[in-house]
Amino acid sequence: MSVVLHEPGAVADPEPVPSRGGILWNTIRRRPSAAVGAVVLSLVVIAAVLAPWIAPYGLHDQVGPVFGPPSWSHPLGLDDGGIDMVTLLVWGARISLVVGFAATLVSMIIGGAIGVLAGYFGGKTDSILMRITDYFLVIPDVPLMIVVAAIWGPSLFHIVIVIGILLWTSTARVIRAQVKSVRERVYVKRARSLGAGHARIVFRHVLPQVAPLLIANTVLTIAVAIFDETALSFLGLGDPSRVSLGKVIENAFQRAAISSGAWWAIVPPGALVAVVILSCSLIGGALEDALNPRLRVAHVSARTFRLRPLVGRSDSSL
Amino acid sequence: MRGADYVVKRTAFALVTIFVAVSINFVLFRLAPGSAVSNLSRVPHATQELRQALKRQFGLDKSRGRQYLIYLEQLTRGNLGVSFENEQPVSTNLKTAILNTLPMVALGTLFAIVVGTLTGVIAAWRRGTPIEGATVTTALGFYSMPTHWLGLMLVILFTGILPTGGMTNDFLINPSFWTHARDVLSHMVLPSLTLGLVLFGEYTLIVRSAMLETLGEDYILTARAKGLRPWAIIRKHALRNAMLPIVTLVALSLGYIVAGAILIETVFSWPGVGRAVYDAVLNRDYPMLQGAFLFLTISVVFFNLVADLLYYKLDPRIT
Repeated sequence: MSVVLHEPGAVADPEPVPSRGGILWNTIRRRPSAAVGAVVLSLVVIAAVLAPWIAPYGLHDQVGPVFGPPSWSHPLGLDDGGIDMVTLLVWGARISLVVGFAATLVSMIIGGAIGVLAGYFGGKTDSILMRITDYFLVIPDVPLMIVVAAIWGPSLFHIVIVIGILLWTSTARVIRAQVKSVRERVYVKRARSLGAGHARIVFRHVLPQVAPLLIANTVLTIAVAIFDETALSFLGLGDPSRVSLGKVIENAFQRAAISSGAWWAIVPPGALVAVVILSCSLIGGALEDALNPRLRVAHVSARTFRLRPLVGRSDSSL
Repeated sequence: MRGADYVVKRTAFALVTIFVAVSINFVLFRLAPGSAVSNLSRVPHATQELRQALKRQFGLDKSRGRQYLIYLEQLTRGNLGVSFENEQPVSTNLKTAILNTLPMVALGTLFAIVVGTLTGVIAAWRRGTPIEGATVTTALGFYSMPTHWLGLMLVILFTGILPTGGMTNDFLINPSFWTHARDVLSHMVLPSLTLGLVLFGEYTLIVRSAMLETLGEDYILTARAKGLRPWAIIRKHALRNAMLPIVTLVALSLGYIVAGAILIETVFSWPGVGRAVYDAVLNRDYPMLQGAFLFLTISVVFFNLVADLLYYKLDPRIT
């Protein structure tokens, strides 16, 4: 067996420090699955945005028999009200994505603000905010969401707020760690000595550095938010007047689609949720991988003893 | 003495978290608008005596602050009020439900830990091969599926082969102990498998990345250079050190297990705590919902503490 060992820490294929576009390109090259995820997610988003124009039938129109099987005019069959499944999926994806994006926005604002404040100011602010985050991290999200949603009553707005105010913990931690390291960099110190105020430093110098990681985190949070919406809807806490993918699953379950043998009423909506969540995980994971310098460590593969090439040099060498 | 310090610190954190959860519970339910939510004595169809007794026990005519103290005091005695639905004490209802949930969840989690660790190790060891690709894709797939939907898929697949609802076969009259045990176990297969598969995906991914990190260390190279067999390297050198992040992340997945239990028990009509949450939501049985939420939160905090202490046992360097 001929084993070629590199010098410790050597880089198999030294690459120049990548620009932001370079990071994107490297990510796609190294993780083609992330590109597939991005394409699939874009298709779902486009279909959801265009729902009023591309849905083949009306959302409330009975166009055939109850639980009608798939046919040429209805490729995915009909649900318990004789409504076309494709129509339900397109409109359902629209509501699910709206909930996912809106709840994520809420949690990004909360988590981003707490992370930046804790990381930037450090000291007492940091320890108080992180203590609060720790408590929220341990308390299980879904039961708390169920309780709050049950007390407030079902509505789309409540669901968005409930999911949003409970999902910010991981964001806050990730952002805090990143802000902490950015704060110590020389250019931030220079800006401060030139008399820049806190707000200016945060918005002009810290946030742009943190933004890519925030985006990666956002994509992952969208996946969790969509999952949570599906779960809440399944427990009967969804907005009764809006059709989301979770609602479609719940409806099929309640109306005994399974015992009626109508698998087409229950398999596609869940599969679509799974595909959306999978796409988000692939994109978010790849972005995080490319952006987090800590993960850019060369691994010796135990089997082949070849060094895994680094994507780019770690930021600490700058 | 740093060790004792760590144990005390973690235990104190767990206790404070439980206190926070208890207080959130009070604020959510008692300060909520609408007396149906906040009034524990509003048991439908209850006798006047029961209502008066509840009012007295929880001091419902006193000030909010006083009510909070009384609530804490009653809690230490295990008094959570009376279920709106069957007029039994919430604690009695919960006890039955907990005993039903525990074996189902334990079986599923055990399955996930064993299979997930195995596939995670294989995926890391065979890095860059189709085996890794297939394992990671499968794991991500299961990880992405909505838990209740995966349960429904299993129902579709196994209808007629395995029982898909409830915990026992009601048509068995006076079964012997073994018949009963076999009956319950056969009902448990699908719910446990659903939880197991969902967690399996998550654990595989966690174990794989922890193993990859460890396999990049110099001592693995040394072990390899010494001529150790691959299995010995994995077992003695890699997996032991990879256990640390695995324990933390399994602890973090506790919330996920709880969420899974609620959804799975709803799908399979398993009469446990999760099903109790669903029924409580459906019937607007607020005292029951309050009690179940409290139990779920406290158990997550408790197992988190266990994980923290286990972590310390595995790696005494941390404080």
